[in-house]
Amino acid sequence: MGTQLFNILIFPGLCFLFVFGLAAEFIDRKIYARLQNRVGPPWYQPLADFVKLLAKENIIPEEADVGVFKLMPVLALAGSVSAFLYIPIWGTRALFSFEGDVIVVLYLLTIPTLTYFLGGWYSRSVYSMIGAVRSLTQLFAHEVPLFMCILASALLADTWSLSDMAVFYSAHKGFLAFNMLGFAIALMSLLGKLEKAPFDIPEAETEIVAGTFTEYSGRFFALFRMSHDIEMVVASALLAAVYLPFGLTLGPVMGFILFIVKTLFIVALISLAHASFARLRLDQMIDLCWKYFAPAAFLQVLINLVIKGFLAK
Amino acid sequence: MHDSHNAGDVQVPIGPQHPSLKEPESFLLTLRGEKITSVDVILGYNHRGIEKACEERTYVQDLYLIERICGICSHSHSTAFVQAVEEIAGLDIPKRAKYIRTLVAELERVHSHLLWLGVAGHEVGFDTLLMYTWRDREIVMDLLATLTGNRVNYGINTIGGVRRDVTPEQAEEALKAMEKLEESTNYFIELASKEITLIKRLSGVGVVSNEDAVKLGAVGPTGRASGIQRDVRRDDPYAAYGELDFDVIVDNHNDVYGRTLVRVKELKESFKMIRQILKNMPDGPIAVKAPRKIPAGEAVSRYEAPRGEDMHYVRANGTDKPDRVKVRPPTLANIQVVAHMLKDRYLADMPIVIAAIDPCFSCTDRMISINNLDTKKKETVIWNKIRLMGIEHYKKQGIDFTELNKKFFMV
Repeated sequence: MGTQLFNILIFPGLCFLFVFGLAAEFIDRKIYARLQNRVGPPWYQPLADFVKLLAKENIIPEEADVGVFKLMPVLALAGSVSAFLYIPIWGTRALFSFEGDVIVVLYLLTIPTLTYFLGGWYSRSVYSMIGAVRSLTQLFAHEVPLFMCILASALLADTWSLSDMAVFYSAHKGFLAFNMLGFAIALMSLLGKLEKAPFDIPEAETEIVAGTFTEYSGRFFALFRMSHDIEMVVASALLAAVYLPFGLTLGPVMGFILFIVKTLFIVALISLAHASFARLRLDQMIDLCWKYFAPAAFLQVLINLVIKGFLAK
Repeated sequence: MHDSHNAGDVQVPIGPQHPSLKEPESFLLTLRGEKITSVDVILGYNHRGIEKACEERTYVQDLYLIERICGICSHSHSTAFVQAVEEIAGLDIPKRAKYIRTLVAELERVHSHLLWLGVAGHEVGFDTLLMYTWRDREIVMDLLATLTGNRVNYGINTIGGVRRDVTPEQAEEALKAMEKLEESTNYFIELASKEITLIKRLSGVGVVSNEDAVKLGAVGPTGRASGIQRDVRRDDPYAAYGELDFDVIVDNHNDVYGRTLVRVKELKESFKMIRQILKNMPDGPIAVKAPRKIPAGEAVSRYEAPRGEDMHYVRANGTDKPDRVKVRPPTLANIQVVAHMLKDRYLADMPIVIAAIDPCFSCTDRMISINNLDTKKKETVIWNKIRLMGIEHYKKQGIDFTELNKKFFMV
């Protein structure tokens, strides 16, 4: 019981994710700044922002539904933190695992987006509401390709558990090559999920100020930002676990370092996209997801089914 | 352009305070989903009463006041004003002064267009472009500071010429800076023609056909991107433009992408002109002495500002203060086009469509107040009403443009 509590609250649970999330935000901001020929923030900037926001006044709009308004940041944080518990970190085994945890992780990672919708909608500000509707509209576009890509990998490994997938791909590294199309599509869909450029439509500052977060301030905004950072590292860790399961047998220390490197590599790819693309329009984004990403993800499922057919022989 | 309001319509206030606007101005959008069904443009948040203030000050004081109409095309306004005053006073300014004015004018165009490119990038969420263009814009800003002593309000014009000469070392420095700028401009041209998300966001957005652009009176790059062959520098040469060899960039894309191309290509024309100016600059004095009191008379001066045609009207009454100063900045001519461009577009296109005319609201804001002689009341009027009053006024004098308008615009 004591160990489990330690695992959940300290390492690799809440506290670790807190630090890692801030570190990832720093890496993201620094790389983004360097790509733009700027100096970028010092390493403690995300922490300083967080602390400063915590100390700021909480302003809740009169029109807003106070309960939902306060609950949503916490729920977003809870969703992304819980998802991390089922993702393998340094070994092939996650902290908790059972047959079907892929579905649970994907489900838990959808919760932050839903909270963005509800938080924005119940803020009752026109910018927040437009941002909220955009979040939700976008959700239906990027979730399908992302789910199908991860599903395709699971199909090939013949398991619904992330830990068992890690075991399978560690043993059969050659199969990873077939999943690379899925990796690319999943990465692009992830940009939509994390609301990063070119899919940062729900937060388009030149149109709708800050979208969902327009009315949020102080502690609640700090929590939302934190959950956003943690969602980024957890989703990156998920992609790393599914598509880059290298070095899982090297022991805890090397494995842990590799885990950090792999996750930050995906974060770096996200920053690269942020720096090199303009923001698409909502209709263009949905077109892109349904016309190109979804069929490509479907192709990935087909490829894996065919390979699996050969394996069975 | 009000449509009937449905229950599903949402009114979104863009401004007077909004992150996409650099100056306070209000656009009240009515949305159906993501589509814009109607736009209300409310001007006037930047009204400073500059025209009236000019009447209270001497011509030399006015020069500095006029320069502060705009923070970007400051040289445009001051040159347009000074040209009008010189015309009334009958001053023939030295050739070298004309060349220096043109040099600063073209450097100003370079910095204004680079600034616009960055703003356009920011409006479509492509901040990298903003950072790159504004980094390179520093080169021309520094150059302007070396030449004139200031980065923004150069204060180089004076009635009768210019206040500072260009030394051979400065000319050398300017030529070197042109090389650097030309290199980065080539990079931006390549970027604009290859970066797919940027092209997707810019092309087909804010379309104004050639006929509509003529009808709504679009000027500058906004008009030229809709195929209007009009540039004061060529059509009515002032300063040293008559002696320079340059092309007027015209594009037929009719959209924001076309406006981007026109501006980026105009940058290259500006580099070409600056090189010619530095090479052919004649020797001689840089100013002639101007009288303190300007003889009675009136003049209209036209000037191709980075944003389009800038027009100044000055009426002198023989004292050291002008009787009337009227400024028609390019944004006032282009603002009518914006409402036309926004209709039936998506909310996401709003920032870039507004930005695409390169608006300068503080140039534009004017107030017209009317003293009604019958009721002894003061009232303010909107633009359309003043336009109708103008038409009525000319009709009473027997001049009727209705038939002519029908013939040209098929209204």
